This record gives sequence, structure tokens and C-alpha cells, in this order.
Amino acid sequence: MRFLLLFSRQGKLRLQKWFTALSDHDKKKIIRDVTQMVLARPPKACNFLQWRDLKIVYRRYASLYFCCGLEEEDNELLTLELLHRYVELLDQYFGNVCELDIIFNFEKAYFILDEFVIGGEVQETSKASVAKSMEESDSLQETMEEYVNKPTY
Amino acid sequence: MALKIVKGSIDRMFDKNLQDLVRGIRNHKEDEAKYISTCIDEIKQELKQDNIAVKANAVCKLTYLQMLGYDVSWAAFNIVEVMSSSKFTYKRIGYLAASQCFHEGTDVIMLTTNQIRKDLSSPNQYDTGVALTGLSCFVTPDLARDLANDIMTLMSHTKPYIRKKAVLIMYKVFLKYPESLRPAFPRLKEKLEDPDPGVQSAAVNVICELARRNPKNYLSLAPLFFKLMTSSTNNWVLIKIIKLFGALTPLEPRLGKKLIEPLTNLIHSTSAMSLLYECVNTVIAVLISLSSGMPNHSASIQLCVQKLRILIEDSDQNLKYLGLLAMSKILKTHPKSVQSHKDLILQCLDDKDESIRLRALDLLYGMVSKKNLMEIVKKLMLHVDKAEGTTYRDELLTKIIDICSQSNYQYITNFEWYISILVELTRLEGTRHGHLIASQMLDVAIRVKAIRGFAVAQMATLLDNAHLLTGNTQRNGICEVLYAAAWICGEFSEHLEDPMQTLEAMLRPKVATLPGHIQAVYVQNAAKLFATVLQKHEGETDSQAAQETSQLLIERLPLFVQSANLEVQERASCILQLVKYIQKLQQKNVEVAEEVTALFAGELNPVAPKAQKKVPIPEGLDLDAWINEPPSESESEDEKPKAVFAKEEPKHSRSRHTEVDEKELARRREVRKQEQANNPFYIKASPSSQKVYDAPGVEHIPVVQIDLSVPLKVPGMPMSDQYVKLEEERRQKEKAEKKKKEKKKKREKRGKGRKADSGPESEEDITPAHHVDIVTEEMPENALPSDDDDKDPNDPHKALDIDLDNLLSGTSSRPLADSEKLPVRTHRPEVLKSPAEDRDNESIPQESKKKSSKEKKEKKKDKEKDRKRSKEEKKKKKKHKEVEEEPMESQPEEAIQSEDSKEMAAPPTSAEEVTAPSSAAAVDTSPVAAAESEPDEPKDTEPEDTKSSKHKKKKQKKEKEEKEKKKKKRHHHHHHHHSDGGGEDSVQNGTVEDEEPLPPMSNYSLLAENSYIKMVYDIQGNHQDESKVVVSVIFENKSDSFLKSMEFNVLDSLNSKLQRPEGAGPHDGLTVPFQLPPGVSNEARFVFSVQSIVMPQKLKGTLTFIVKSEESSTHEKLDFKLHFTCTSYLITTPCYSDAYAKLLESGDLKGSSLRLEGVNMPFHHLLARICFHHHFSVVERIDSCASMYSRSIQGHHVCLLVKTSDQTVSIDAKCDEPSLLGNVLDEIKQTFSKC
Repeated sequence: MRFLLLFSRQGKLRLQKWFTALSDHDKKKIIRDVTQMVLARPPKACNFLQWRDLKIVYRRYASLYFCCGLEEEDNELLTLELLHRYVELLDQYFGNVCELDIIFNFEKAYFILDEFVIGGEVQETSKASVAKSMEESDSLQETMEEYVNKPTY
Repeated sequence: MALKIVKGSIDRMFDKNLQDLVRGIRNHKEDEAKYISTCIDEIKQELKQDNIAVKANAVCKLTYLQMLGYDVSWAAFNIVEVMSSSKFTYKRIGYLAASQCFHEGTDVIMLTTNQIRKDLSSPNQYDTGVALTGLSCFVTPDLARDLANDIMTLMSHTKPYIRKKAVLIMYKVFLKYPESLRPAFPRLKEKLEDPDPGVQSAAVNVICELARRNPKNYLSLAPLFFKLMTSSTNNWVLIKIIKLFGALTPLEPRLGKKLIEPLTNLIHSTSAMSLLYECVNTVIAVLISLSSGMPNHSASIQLCVQKLRILIEDSDQNLKYLGLLAMSKILKTHPKSVQSHKDLILQCLDDKDESIRLRALDLLYGMVSKKNLMEIVKKLMLHVDKAEGTTYRDELLTKIIDICSQSNYQYITNFEWYISILVELTRLEGTRHGHLIASQMLDVAIRVKAIRGFAVAQMATLLDNAHLLTGNTQRNGICEVLYAAAWICGEFSEHLEDPMQTLEAMLRPKVATLPGHIQAVYVQNAAKLFATVLQKHEGETDSQAAQETSQLLIERLPLFVQSANLEVQERASCILQLVKYIQKLQQKNVEVAEEVTALFAGELNPVAPKAQKKVPIPEGLDLDAWINEPPSESESEDEKPKAVFAKEEPKHSRSRHTEVDEKELARRREVRKQEQANNPFYIKASPSSQKVYDAPGVEHIPVVQIDLSVPLKVPGMPMSDQYVKLEEERRQKEKAEKKKKEKKKKREKRGKGRKADSGPESEEDITPAHHVDIVTEEMPENALPSDDDDKDPNDPHKALDIDLDNLLSGTSSRPLADSEKLPVRTHRPEVLKSPAEDRDNESIPQESKKKSSKEKKEKKKDKEKDRKRSKEEKKKKKKHKEVEEEPMESQPEEAIQSEDSKEMAAPPTSAEEVTAPSSAAAVDTSPVAAAESEPDEPKDTEPEDTKSSKHKKKKQKKEKEEKEKKKKKRHHHHHHHHSDGGGEDSVQNGTVEDEEPLPPMSNYSLLAENSYIKMVYDIQGNHQDESKVVVSVIFENKSDSFLKSMEFNVLDSLNSKLQRPEGAGPHDGLTVPFQLPPGVSNEARFVFSVQSIVMPQKLKGTLTFIVKSEESSTHEKLDFKLHFTCTSYLITTPCYSDAYAKLLESGDLKGSSLRLEGVNMPFHHLLARICFHHHFSVVERIDSCASMYSRSIQGHHVCLLVKTSDQTVSIDAKCDEPSLLGNVLDEIKQTFSKC
């Protein structure tokens, strides 16, 4: 998998994850092309597209499009399952996730993704383990209020 | 002071956090850009503050803005700052920002190496996890090289959470630093059998990805994977394994046979569509690989096709799409089984989903036959008319052309039909593919001689009706066909019925609105037509017609002479003058036709695109040989191309070798070939270069001209349709004739019963309407007919084509060479490259490291400094250099290897080191020191000495140097050494002042040693957990044997305990997670829990291991004593001077002091030593007085005030725990008493 994009129906980007490092210019170009292409799809069309040498797999959940760029040999159906699993994870973490959750807690969405997928490969298929590691690392994290009240050094 | 803190906190309360920013952006929909620019200004202010929390908040906001598309690259350094925060909260944000913003061009990445290393080795698994995740996004070749060993160690971490991450990251490391693959592979393979399913799945993932690119190196793993496949129930893993087999089977057909059964079982049984799809795909791959050897697998093919049909018929569009996709793979080898589903596929052409239609189109490409081509294309033409979007219509257009032109027009039986199709296609408005149609027209007209007459007639019509095509030239790409039309009419004008009319059409004023290149062709071909007209009328008594033609040209051409396009202008004026001259001759009744035609005599034949490549190299021409000597190296050091692979063959082009005779060259070439053959890193040339040349037999099919029946134009019906009808009629006729013949035969034979009709007509029955001579493209003589499509040389996976088999099958054939070892981690890299080494490296063009310009600059500075300091040495070094260049040619391998390992042994420095000063290693280690640290090592095999006596002396010298280098290399591998000598040669990196350089330091001290193994260790506190310390032990195998099954055990005390995995007893040893080949060292870390840290401690322990040599294996053990000093509980913690002052004022601290007499070293050395060995940081330094601070893992503050005067150092110290302080001071005293 090369990248994962989340964008709204209006084409606003909500999350972008690149599993290979690219320059900003290239990223922007890909984002623009892919969002345009996906948004132009009629509602009942299939979820796969061929774009340059990549396979684009997308799926719409409520007002959000989840969209992946795959290499030639990757399995599209598995990727759809992966997207679904990610949505489930978000759902589990935020409790009935909506677009606003992802907008306001976008770093959490990234952290969940990082626990689930690394370098474009699935690292953990169990929802429970992802949830556990998220919980544990969150417990390490102090809240904003705490740091406001801390002395400077 | 306190007020300041309060004020700071209040300020921060008014800072925007991320939520505020998001809300703000949403509330400023109208002037979003303006709002964000004020936010960015605020963020810039926040980044200037010292408070890390504020910075982290700012970086978090920047990450959000970056996603919105704003450039945040200016904050890269701040991101690094936040990454290096000790608090997980901020570290997490920092790494997230880095993974979002950094890429290979980000120059601050090189500052992160040590920070990442530190985080990787953090005892907190989430620190490590966050670092690994970040690394997966922005790993660069440099980072990969420096951290490969650390990550490899993590692959054997006690926690599966880290193990699985490390395994997955390793793949990214391999891509960036292919050299790490061989050393890391055994461990990766181990992980396939990891007890944790997540780790196992990660390892499967990585090996699958590796094998997909270079399958042949992984064939030996097939049995293991086969076992996994039959035992695993996890679909995610199964899919990967099956995919892996798909990559392996083309190389090993036997494997394919074995796979068919389990795969078909899975296909029958599974309910998961993704798994089913993967199985079908792999079965297809297997069948493709078997198709040549084993014909009888029709059952499996049928199964696949059936399953795919079910998919295609499914209402789920996704399955439909994938079914078609997989179908197209079967099509390549088993077209017949797919062709029977033509109906289904044609149905898909009517699907509302464009992607499905496109996939169906792909399939059509392979399904056409002579029989059904016309029918299919007819259907497509209908779609072209219906198609709503131009993109899809264009796609259809290209597909039609692809389908018809495939394999040299194999399926076209009637070219008149094809030309009509092309002409019909020109009616498409707004297509981008005018040029495609044009090139098809040209190609057909040139290569199919029989069709020229018809083609010319059609083109003439096109030219005549050009106004229909050029309605709007701006947006219309279709006018490109006029280019083809004009050229065809001109070139084959002898077939024109009325050249005069065509000529007139080509010279209409409207033509001037066409694009320049088309006009140019018009003009040129008008001249050709002119020549034809002249010839036609030659010999007629009445020369009026010819003269009229000249007149026409003379009238119309001036329009083109005025053209803005240079090409048109030039051609037009040239031809205009020519025609005027001809006109003069005509008036004198001179016959000119022959001369004018001669202008355009000769036939143009198509040339194959690969023709140039196929020109055989004449004997005696060496394309790689230099024509001129390359410039000498010293002049252009910086411009030297840096090769990616260190082991690339060196260029043997030094001036003194020009006299070397041919024989010598041939011998060397042979040696080099041998080397390359044995060298897995060498990427072999594609086999095509070794092919034997043979002359191509271009067989000309005899041309049989058949009377062409000119088709009647039926009104209201597109032209090409007539051909379909005609063709059907023709075929029926032929069939009928055949039948008649058969009947005749039967009658003659007087057969007993009536035989069934001769079935449906087969391919062979269809004869083309006219025999065509499809002219093959011209190739140079002796060219070889081959289709070698070279792989993309830039593919990163190519570098991973590394032979791993001999690694797997044991140590026998090619164990890891010394140079292949991964750079070994050091906590504080105490070894810097010395300038002399630097220079050596630079003088070697094969140097692999890509150095960023920044580094280079630094180096230059260093060099200059160095130059000033040791001018005399320069001469010496020059000599060095000269000598060293010599061995490069004779022993490229070895020399570079040692160079390589030197580089590996010396990790790069980074900004981190400024606080923990380190210094350079000496260039010349004294022989005594070297001998001490270097046990007898197996000597590398030297290549045979076949050099001429002239070189012998030099060689000896070189050997001596090699030895020295090796010593050096050895030396670098030892992490503790008290180096001496060569101090004046070293370069100082740690301190800013231009003072005397620091001697090298290391915190690793000897743990125990015997003839097999040597252990050195260092103890580090852990800021996350106040009761844990990490002991890093480097094990070095000193023997010639393999060391394995190492077990590390410690007798716990009440206070300190070795952390053992859950379930292990309190006296169980810990298995060291690696084995040691001879001469290799590796590091393992052990976590100890400590209760009280105020007293130093000693723990007894034992290492047991098995020494395995070729003939025997013995159990050995080695006892050791771990010494936990109080210092090891201290953590370097920076402290601001105001906070420091506050701490001292608080009065909670108890004091103590220490005096050291006879300390004979510069003050900054002294401070550096305290910092380095005792984990302090300098708070403030004024002249010969400095305040220092450190903190214990349990939060004790330790403050020092160090003063010096005349070799006497007094240290006043304060701490909230007096006994800890006392012990620390004792240890400081000891440090200085040693020197």
C-alpha cells in the first residue's frame, strides 16, 4: 500500500498517510488527482480504479471517503476489509465515529492508524490489541490541562 | 522568578490548542487564508519559546495545517526538537509531525539519528513503537544504514508489540540499505516461527514483499511456507502466503503442481471473497507456469473460470470488476476457455460503471479472432456513438485501434474494412487521438501494399471534405488525420484517379488555418502531386493541362510563403521557385516530367523502433573504452559520480595503464567476470547482450493481386457495415464451395452414411479477402529478433536481488563476510573519522555513501583546520594516497571492503554529541594497542600475486597498509579502548572552543573475557521508569567457531533483579536473542529492576554458550560481575540556570565536597569527562568555574560546582540524598585517579 487518504464529499482532505516518503509537490498532485477521480464516481460504481501504475481502492462511509493507493499485486478485496477494519477501530475508539471526531482529533486518528498499519503493511489484525495499545499509550500522555499547570523547567 | 513561571502559565492558557485552531478555521470560512496566516504567525512565536509543551502544541497545529496543504518545511528543526522531548506526550506529536512532513530531501533528518537510536532502545515499548512508526515513513538510506543494527536487535525484543513493528520496518530498511538484507535475513526467517501470531504475520508480510520482487532467492523457503499455509487459519496471513507462492511458482513448476490441490480445496471451501480471489489468482499463475510443461490441468482452469463467471455475474460491482481482471490473466495462456464466455463479457460492455466497461474492453483485446473481429468492432463502434464522456470514448477509440492492429494486424482479413473504420473514426469530434488514427492510416497504407489504391481514394475524399474535420481547429485533435491523408495522397499519387482535383483541394486558402506541421506536409505533397500530374500529361500533344497545374501552384503557393511557420515558409518558397522554373521550361516545350518525378523517387520503408539498438557492434570496437583519458581525480573530487554500490568495479583507466597489452586486459576482464559472477551484489547485465547474432530471414509473402470490388455506397448505412455483410457473404460462398467439394468427394467415395456437417467453422477456414504483404519493419543487418524489455534500472527492489540461500543452508558456502556486518550501535559514538581517512574516502570514486552537502562542508572545515595544524604531514599523506591508488586496481574488492567496514564502524556524529563531547580516533594506533585488542584473526585470502615485478614493491607496501587498516578496523569494533598517540592528528568535534582536542572516551567497560568471547557493558538509567536500568552488553566472538545458545543469567540480590519474561523462574537465564558467527559482535540489552539506588552494587552472573565448530560442539561458560555504580543511576538531564538557582536556594539539598590534586588536563576536558562518564550536563560555565546538574532515575537532584586552579580541582556538591552523593563523588574521584 502506498498511501491512505480520507476526504469529505466536498473534497476536503481529512487525513493523509504516506507509506513512502514523497515531496510535498508530488503529494499534492496525487491528492488532487485522486480526490477528483473518486468524487466523480457514480454512487453504484465499483470501488476500484486504475490510476497510473496504482490501483485506487476507495469506500465511502457516511460523508467520508476512505481511499487507498495500492501496488499492482495487492489484493483489492483485502484492502476494502482493511479500510473497514480501520473504520471499526475508529468507531470503537471514538464511539460511533463521525467526521467531526476525525477533524478535531486528527492526531488520534493517525495514532490509531499507526497501531494498525505500519509502512503500508497490516501489523495488527486484532481489534482488541490495537485498542489496548492505544489505551496504554494514551495513559502515558498527559492532558493539556496538566501541562498548563506545570512549572516551566 | 516565581512570577515569571506563573506568567508563563497564564500565557499558555491563552494559546490556541489544536481544537481551537480547527474551530477557528471552520468559523472563518470566508477569509480562511488570512486567518491561517495569522495562526502561522502565532505558531512562529510559540516555537520561539523555550517551553517544550508550547512547542509541541505549535507543532501539532502545524501538522494539521500541513494536511491542509500549507508549507511547514520551515519548522523542520522544531519538529526535531519536539521529537527529542523526553515526555511521551510530546515525543508522539513530534514523530507524527515528522512522519507527515519529512522526506528524503529534508536535511534535518540527519540530526535525528541519535535521537531515534535512543528512542529505539528506550525501555518503554511505546517510545520504541513511536520511533519505529515514524521511521517507517521517513527512513533515508543514511538512517537505514546507521540504524539497521538497532532495528535488527529489536526484532528479538521481549515484547511482541515491538518485535512485529521492528520486523515490518526492516523491509523499509532493506529497500533503503540493501546491504542489510543478508545479515538480517536469518533472524527474519526465525520470526516466521515466532510464538506470537502478529510477529509471524509480520514476517510473512515482509518475506512476501521481498520475494515478490526477487522470487528466486526465496525458493528454499517454500517448504516452510507450505507448512504455514496448510496450518494457518488466519486469512490475512493466508492471503500473503498464497501471494508469495504466486511469485515463486513461475520459477519452480514442481511447486506449482503441489500447490494446485490445497488451493483448489481452499477455493471450494472458503467463504471469504478476498481469499477466494487470491487463490484463483495464484492458481492462474501456477497454470501459466505449467502451461508449457503440463498440459492437463483443464479441470483447474475450468474451476477458475467458473468461479470467475460467478464473480462477474454477481450484483456486487467490485466482484464483477475483479472477475474481469482475473479473467484477463487467464486469457493470456488459455484464451479458449475464456472465449466461451464472450457473451458475458460483451454484456459487461453495457454496464453503467465505466471501470467495468474498461476491464471488459481489456478482455476483448485478447478475445478477437479472425472470425469475430468485425462483429466485435461493430459493437464497439456503436458504443463509440453512444459514449457520453470523451474520456471513455477516447478509450474506446484506442481500444478499437489496439484490437485491430495487434500482432501485426493478425486478425484483419479485410483491410478495406479497416480503412473504412479509421475513416469513420475521424468523425469523432473533440478526440485527442487524431494522431493515433493518423499513424494507423500511414502504417496500413505503407505496409499493406495491396490496399494503397483504396486508401488513396479514401484519403482523397477526406482531403476534399477537410472542412468537415476542421470545424474548429483549436479544440480539434482530429485534424491530425489530414497530415496522414496528405502524405498518403502525395506519396502514392500514382493511384489517384484525379490528382488535379486533390491538388486543388490541398491548396485551398482554408488550409492556412491548419497547424504548421500539417501545412508543411501539404506543401511538400502538393509538389509530389504536381510531379504526378506532369508525368500523366507527358507526351500529350496538348500541354495545356500541365501548364494549368503549374499556374495553379504559382497562384496558390504565395499564401504559404507568407506563413508564420518557418518550415512551411521554407518549403513553399523553395517549391514555388521550382515550379516557376518548370513553367518556363514548359513554355519552351521542354519535357521535364521525368526530372521532376526523380525528385521524389524511391520508396520509404518503416524502420523498427529498436533498430538502432540492434546494430551489432563491429569487431574490435570497445564501446566502454576511453577515447580520451579521463581528467585526473584530484581536480574534480566533488563532481565524481557517487556509485550506489560500493563494490562496483573500479575504472581501470589510470594513465600508467595505457601501455598494458591486450592479453593483460583480457586476463583482467576474465578475473573481473569471475568476481562478478561470485558477487551477489553485482547486478548482472541483461542476458540479451550475450545472445548470438543470426541473420533474420525476412520472408516475403508472395503478393497475389485480387480484383477489388469497389463497395457500393448504401445511403443511411455506415460504410464499414457493408464490409461486414460482404465478408459474411464471401465466407458463406467459400463455405458453400467447400461443401460442394466435400459432397463431390463423398459422392465419389459413395460413403455409406451421411456424415455430420463439418461443425462450426474454425479459424483456419477463414481466408483473408486479399492476400496482403505486411511489410516488416526494417532492421539493420545481423540484427537479432528479440523482445527484451529491460527492467527499470531505477527500481529499488532490484538492489534487493541478493542471494540468501547459502545463508539459509548453514555456514558452509558463504557465511556473512566481515564487511557485511551491520554497523554496530554505540551509545555515544566515540569514534570519529579522522581527517586522513576522510581524505582516503574521498579519493575513492566508488565510495558509496551519499553525503549531504552539509556534511561535506563540515568536513571541509575540518580539513582546513587540520591542514593548518599538520602541514608537514600532508606530504606523507600524499605518498599514502599514491600508494593507495595502486591497490585499488588489483584488489578492488578487498580494498573497498575494508573501506566500507571502516565507515560502518564509525557512526556519523550529530548534534547530540555537542553535549556529550566525543573525539576523534587516532589515525595511527600504536602497534601495541592494536596487538592487544586483536586476537589472531583468519587472514583474508589474498588474490594470487600475478602482478609484474614492477608492481611488487608497491604491493608489499600496500599489504602492509592493508594490515594496518585491518587493525584500525578491529580497533573500531572495540568499543572501549584507551587510545594513545596521534592526538595531534585528531579533530575535535565536541566542543565549540578552539582548544585542545579531547581524547576518545567510552563508557563501555570490560565485563568478562575468555578465549571464546568477550563482553563489554554499559548501564543506562531509564527516565520513564524510576526502578529500572538497562544493561547493554556487547558480545564479541573471538574464536573461529560459531557461538550459539547463549544464556545470560544473574544471581539476583534483594535490591536488584534481572527482569525475566513472565512465567520464568527467578533463577532462569535469559536467552541472548542472537548467535555469533566468528569475529562478529552484537549487542543485547537486559533490564534490571532496582529498589534503592543510593549504594553501588555488584551482581554475580554467568554466561553459558555452545561453541560449535565444524567437527564438534562444546558447552562453555564464563562468569562475570556486573558493577552497578551510582553513576549509572544518573540520567543526563538539561537544566536551565534559573531553575538551577531556585533548586539551590530551596535548601532541601545536603552538601558535600571533594578535592582532586594533580589533575593535569584542560578544564573543558575535565568537564567533558564528568559529563560523559557520570551523566551530568553543564548548566553554566564561567572561566574556570562551572555548575553542573544531573538527576537520578528516582528524581534525586545532584548539583555540582566545579572549580579549578593550578592542577587542583575542587568540587562542591549538593544532593537531596547524601549517601548517593557520597558514592557519586567517590566514583568521580576514581575516574580522575585513573588518568
